[in-house]
Amino acid sequence: MQVDQLYQEIILDHYKHPHGRGLREPYAAEAHHVNPTCGDEVTIRVALDDDTLSDVSYDGMGCSISQASASVLHELLTGRDTGQAFEVHAAFVELMSGRGQVTPDEELLGDAVAFAGVARYPARVKCALLPWMAFKDAAARAGVDVEAGDEDSNERSEVKTA
Amino acid sequence: MTTIAIPPGMPQYDDVPRYDVEAVRADFPILGREVNGHPMVYLDSANTSQKPLQVLDVLRAHYERHNGNVSRSVHTVGTEATEAYEGARAKVAAFINAPSPDEVVFTKNSTEAINLVAYAFSNASVGAGGDPRFRLGPGDEIVISEMEHHSNIVPWQLLCERTGATLRWFPVTDGGRLDESGLEELVNERTKLVSFVHMSNILGTVNATARITERVRQVGALLLLDCSQSVPHLPVDVVDLDADFIAFTGHKMCAPSGIGVLWGRAELLAAMPPVFGGGSMIETVSMSGSTYAPPPARFEAGTPPIAEAVALGAAVDYLTGIGMRAIQWHEKELTAYALDALATVPGLRIFGPTVPVGRGGTISFALDGIHPHDVGQVLDAEGVEVRVGHHCARPVCVRFGVPATTRASFYLYTTTGEVDALVRGLEQVRKVFG
Repeated sequence: MQVDQLYQEIILDHYKHPHGRGLREPYAAEAHHVNPTCGDEVTIRVALDDDTLSDVSYDGMGCSISQASASVLHELLTGRDTGQAFEVHAAFVELMSGRGQVTPDEELLGDAVAFAGVARYPARVKCALLPWMAFKDAAARAGVDVEAGDEDSNERSEVKTA
Repeated sequence: MTTIAIPPGMPQYDDVPRYDVEAVRADFPILGREVNGHPMVYLDSANTSQKPLQVLDVLRAHYERHNGNVSRSVHTVGTEATEAYEGARAKVAAFINAPSPDEVVFTKNSTEAINLVAYAFSNASVGAGGDPRFRLGPGDEIVISEMEHHSNIVPWQLLCERTGATLRWFPVTDGGRLDESGLEELVNERTKLVSFVHMSNILGTVNATARITERVRQVGALLLLDCSQSVPHLPVDVVDLDADFIAFTGHKMCAPSGIGVLWGRAELLAAMPPVFGGGSMIETVSMSGSTYAPPPARFEAGTPPIAEAVALGAAVDYLTGIGMRAIQWHEKELTAYALDALATVPGLRIFGPTVPVGRGGTISFALDGIHPHDVGQVLDAEGVEVRVGHHCARPVCVRFGVPATTRASFYLYTTTGEVDALVRGLEQVRKVFG
């Protein structure tokens, strides 16, 4: 496997120049997720305007994959209505669970298609999913109807509602 | 060039036992494989060591020729298996200079060995008639250190929760050594047990034990040393260490996983209540109650990992054949080389001693601004296998203000060429993330 499949330019770019980083007020709820095996952590806040995610703000520390993933998540989901957001969420989770066999929908996933290579590195899939699982928790706490029965997260979670 | 002569009468450079590393490498089939198109550079022996043919052959021969259950068969293969299993116990005892093979208890790993002692304390504390040395309650103290692997922290936290005893610890200095400045106060009349690591799995520090041992004896406490990282890499002598218990594991010393050792002083093991109940650990069983076998059988309930123990005996033979002094010296030279080589990498910070004195061949470091997971991933693409993360010693990471580190660790088969490959790999990491 070539390591540049994993570290696509887009990922390195989001890592070195994260978009929308920093926790912002006001927000409806937040979730803090950690990956206990490596200590990566991310906090995600969601702000809602009716059904629209008026802001998805975040902060965290960790490897390039987890932090770039948070930056991409912010960019993809901010401003969307929650239904669309969870369509993107489901597509991203599917991509990451696909062991490199899933062809990503570029229209839906935007920069997140760069993570297709990550799916071939089982040890790193959790890094990419960390912010997405935190987002799902935060959204659920904010009262968003998160589809039941999909992807379970193994990360420990502390959830706080504003 | 200047040559410095060592004065006559002093130990000379050539007096140190040495061996042919390439010949040793030929014993380890896995060292010939490739990873991601590169020759594998295995620098993760503190995590688990590779296994030589001499051990693999014994493991296979056991199942092919001698497989039977131990300690309960009158038939031939059962007897052979029992002799091999007990023979391995005697080899392990000799390897650590234990006065008797009966002081060697086989466990699953170091973690189980440490937990076994913790639960013996626990059991002695709840029942009547427990030996006072193992009875714990509110006001009693257990002392560990900030340098411990989680396996020498969590069992004692749990024990303290169960008994009401208090857990205290030695801090770690900026240089990655045990801070013994508070020794007199930390280890006191209330202390029942001191348990600390002989060689740190993250900092590489080899702790000098004598001062602490002396204090432990003064106050009448017991001493457990976690020797998981020291027994595989340097000569360990339990009489010399004057410990009460030591724990170590087979898979880090060329043996299979699933076999570990608790060594304990005979009279202490005899005073300890059983922990696991079942077959093999009993004397007589009736429906109204049971009596227990003497150690070590008392602590080995159920069918043990027989083939793994026999293979551990083979690993001990293998290491003894090369010589632990020679292995220790090989790793010392390698560590000196690696510390110098790593110092040439811009932005690299070493956690732990930066001189090859009082430390072993396990080196943790950070590369400025680059997360260890990313370091490890790029190194793997170059065939260099290191461990990244908190190494099950999260308090050490917290102490040095990092979430994780990258760790390279050496063993008897590691070469200076592999250290060079690590340094080249780190250049590649800097290129990707620079």
